[in-house]
Amino acid sequence: MIVADRKPIQEILEMVKDCKKVLIVGCKGCVTVCNVGGSKEVGVLAATLKIAFKKEEISIEMDEKTLERQCDPEYVDQLKDMVDDYDGIISMACGVGPQFLSAAYPEQRFFPAVNTTFFGGAVGHGIWEERCAGCGTCVIHYFDGMCPIARCSKSLLNGPCGGSADGKCEISKDLECIWDMIVRKKMEHGRIDDLLEMKPAKDWQTARDGGPRKSVREELANE
Amino acid sequence: MSDMKAGSNLEKVLKAGHFAFTGECGPPKGANVEHLKEKVAHLKGMVDSVNVTDNQTAVVRMSSWAASAIMVQEGVEPNFQMVCRDRNRLAMMSDILGVYAMGIRNMLCLSGDHQRFGNHPQAKNVYDIDSIQLIAMVKMMRDEGQFMNGEEIDESPRLFIGAASNPFADPFEYRVHRLAKKIAAGADFIQTQCIYNMDKFRDFMKMAVDMGLHEKCYILAGVTPMKSVGMARYMAKSVPGMDVPESLIKRLKDAGKGKVAEEGIKFALEQIEEFKEMEGVAGVHLMAIEWEHRVPEIAERAGVLPRPEV
Repeated sequence: MIVADRKPIQEILEMVKDCKKVLIVGCKGCVTVCNVGGSKEVGVLAATLKIAFKKEEISIEMDEKTLERQCDPEYVDQLKDMVDDYDGIISMACGVGPQFLSAAYPEQRFFPAVNTTFFGGAVGHGIWEERCAGCGTCVIHYFDGMCPIARCSKSLLNGPCGGSADGKCEISKDLECIWDMIVRKKMEHGRIDDLLEMKPAKDWQTARDGGPRKSVREELANE
Repeated sequence: MSDMKAGSNLEKVLKAGHFAFTGECGPPKGANVEHLKEKVAHLKGMVDSVNVTDNQTAVVRMSSWAASAIMVQEGVEPNFQMVCRDRNRLAMMSDILGVYAMGIRNMLCLSGDHQRFGNHPQAKNVYDIDSIQLIAMVKMMRDEGQFMNGEEIDESPRLFIGAASNPFADPFEYRVHRLAKKIAAGADFIQTQCIYNMDKFRDFMKMAVDMGLHEKCYILAGVTPMKSVGMARYMAKSVPGMDVPESLIKRLKDAGKGKVAEEGIKFALEQIEEFKEMEGVAGVHLMAIEWEHRVPEIAERAGVLPRPEV
């Protein structure tokens, strides 16, 4: 899923401080799963903002709404009867949400309440980790189910760098060296030979480096 | 001379079977050419070539190619270092052509320290290609006369290709395979990470020799004399992939006030003596960090002077 973190309250406050009436829109997709932008978090943000504004003696009216998804015009459409009632709208979806909302309602202003961080999953209660860099050409099968593009700090394709120590990455003792894990798994399973051949330079054209991407599925697009 | 890949002094020294002795010099943190020339002057005639670091520890300095070119003017042979952190393949290939055009004949291919360590942690990290792919790219440019995309090069860069090896990083068992991979990709010579744990290095070299790697490539053992107990402790604790045994720290401490640096040099000299005899070791790479002025003394005491004229 797409993982995000909520922006600091002060930053959100600054965005909407000139609005008299604000709508906070959550999303039931990824941001609900990673507990950052679902209906529960919409409620928490509304309450927090109300208190913060009250402290600064600013009166502001706030409503809440959570859509099935903000990355789908069908659901974005559900805001059409209320969108003009507000001075500004805060989106708690990933970075896709406020853009889909802005495109659908060009007269309205939308503010992101979260920082979209990565594609990942929960590894413990309240802890998420990055797993995919969305490079457009999946290679995890070469590395026993672990992606060095996303999980090595240098995206190395040919083994651990000289900074790998005690299973940790050189950039932080809190970060596992994915290459250490790949090498150890290959050794355990007797597949170390897989790592002796040089992996050639990656073609980054399918990644963001090739420009903004688009996916067209003909059978659906032509329906 | 026709069998020379680049014809650098370092290549000639190694091909002639001499025990190589290389040095290192970090470019200035500014455009202070005089300071660079002064540091380089200490190394002249003392080493076979001088590594010129490329924004080492991810701290911005004068570009390694410019500092290397200045070194050529000063009559000292540089070993131009390039890391994968700061350039994509276009910039890399153009700099490779550029350094060759400036008379540079050795190049060391490295991954590079992550920018998080450096003085611009906000920077984008490039890593378009990795160090092994870089080695293969330089070899392709030199031997096939082609850019990475297969297009022909109008006069190929003839560079003696180097790579690094860190026997002390993890997983230890894989390190010799990574070395083999670098050699297969096209490394002509290897310079290792600073060695302090001699037992581990002996094990590593035995593995390398058993695999016949020393016959395919020249392996230079990395030596950095410890200047102080603080430096030893810092390296032990804070430099990832560095193995400084507690016994060495104790030895330095026991040397007593004012005598630690001399003890550090003594340890380095003992190492060099052992490397001269160690199977598979073709030379020493002396990284006297901000200690260039001590290199003549160390070289003298190590018995590696005069350097061979080849």
